[in-house]
Amino acid sequence: MNGGDFVTFSLTPLLIGSLAALACALPGNFLVLRRQALLGDAISHVVLPGIVLAFLVTGTISTWPMLLGSATAAVVAVVLIEAIRRFGRIEPGAAMGVVFTAMFAAGILALEQSDTSGVHLDVEHALFGNLESLIWLDATGWASLVDPVALAGLPPELFRISLVTVVIALSLAVFWRPLAISTFDEGFARTLGLPVRAIGLGIVIVSALAAVAAFDAVGSIIVIAMFICPPAAARLMTNRLGAQVAWSAAFALIAATLGFTLAGSGPAWLGSENAVSAAGMVGTVAGVILACAALFGPARN
Amino acid sequence: MEARLEDVTMRDVRELAAQGGPLVIRGMTVAYDRKPAVFSVDATFRSGRITGIIGPNGAGKSTLLRAALGIVKPLAGQATFFGTTLGRSRDRVAYVPQRASVDWDFPARVVDVVAQGLYRRLGLLGRFGRDHDDMVMAALERVGMEDFSARQIGQLSGGQQQRVFLARALAQDAMIYLLDEPFAGVDAATERAIIKVLKALRSEGRTVIAVHHDLSTVEEYFDDVLVMNVRKISDGPVGTAFTPEALDTAYGGRLERGLRDPRKALA
Repeated sequence: MNGGDFVTFSLTPLLIGSLAALACALPGNFLVLRRQALLGDAISHVVLPGIVLAFLVTGTISTWPMLLGSATAAVVAVVLIEAIRRFGRIEPGAAMGVVFTAMFAAGILALEQSDTSGVHLDVEHALFGNLESLIWLDATGWASLVDPVALAGLPPELFRISLVTVVIALSLAVFWRPLAISTFDEGFARTLGLPVRAIGLGIVIVSALAAVAAFDAVGSIIVIAMFICPPAAARLMTNRLGAQVAWSAAFALIAATLGFTLAGSGPAWLGSENAVSAAGMVGTVAGVILACAALFGPARN
Repeated sequence: MEARLEDVTMRDVRELAAQGGPLVIRGMTVAYDRKPAVFSVDATFRSGRITGIIGPNGAGKSTLLRAALGIVKPLAGQATFFGTTLGRSRDRVAYVPQRASVDWDFPARVVDVVAQGLYRRLGLLGRFGRDHDDMVMAALERVGMEDFSARQIGQLSGGQQQRVFLARALAQDAMIYLLDEPFAGVDAATERAIIKVLKALRSEGRTVIAVHHDLSTVEEYFDDVLVMNVRKISDGPVGTAFTPEALDTAYGGRLERGLRDPRKALA
């Protein structure tokens, strides 16, 4: 593959995939440490009905309606989970399982019944993402990176995921101390005057934001791998929170780039004609990284 | 009883404020699933003393502490610290939770946990400087844990973890210390180290309140006691409030004969 082809067909999916992995892995650290990994799963699933609903209402799949729809769905899901837990006297894990599968299923039905033929939104896309299609047709080579006309043709998803990743990284940096304290010891955090409920909700909202923005890249099934695998593997590499978050970011980037590359070129190396799903390969690589960390990580005990 | 719950008004808060003790609790009632865990407890904790909150399992001792600190929401009642609300006196209040209430597998070193006690000094983005390092180390030295500063908290023994929690509270440099079962499941050396620190805090004029379950050490450790079982049973100096009758009421006759009279149990 020459430089021109790389920039056109691989650069933007690689960037979008990497940023999506990063956006999910960063808040994923706190989901995993709070034993709320299943919440990441729930959020990534309820994003689907949110997006479908936003499409049915507005008729477009532009960024802001999608974000708003998914954020609404995430909040509805959190309220429902809390309500079922409280009034149904069911344990939290089961309450989550009931809510997110029901909402996801409703999203699938709504998607099937609605006319989405004019736009890029279908069940398969929702499940597995569409990383390979996020190409930069206006690019002719590396020179396009400084060509305003070509830059205007960048896929809008790149802008969206960049913005979300920056917002997530910044909020993590600014609220680092309250996040760390309230994750470790909620009661103590309260006595310091920290708004622990708001912090908990903030993590849910940020995770929802990441799930929506990553939706295009890897779809709702694989998003969960990005939430959990890099942080879980990172925990096995270090005993410090800061270092864990750094490791998780590194693992997320490795999973995204290696996964995308293997999906495109791997089968050819093995003599096969067909490329495999990039999202599937990214998720698989993330799982392999976790397995390696579980076997060889220095902080396993 | 019912009347008293409703009678708690803003006027009472001002009255309490005028009294101005380090911690005054009025009409505190907390319920889990409609079962009262704490019912209408009044208590005035005295300045510069070590007070033990005593009672059987499920007596609501920890819940009383957590309600006073705003960690659980009471059905009724209130707590004032130094004659004002908790919100206005947070810099003077330190809390040591039960050791088992957190996950010690959390990725943090001993110094990272103790440094949490400096949060109100540092704020969101305040720079963690040399003097903050010194405060953390000074707190660790007071509990004899300075050699473990870089250790991952999960690798500590239960007693060492308890001392780290106490060091975090010491780093807060508060005027009142509320400890939830600080002696539960710790080794003898840790127990001695902790009680030494608590007595030092008292001699500095600070107030200490500890939830406690070992009746045999009550007279040795505490100046005052609050004996409770959902309701308050007795409170005051150990000599007058820690009586066989109070314990009998609190434990519902479940204590063995020898322990009925704690003085005899010690002998």
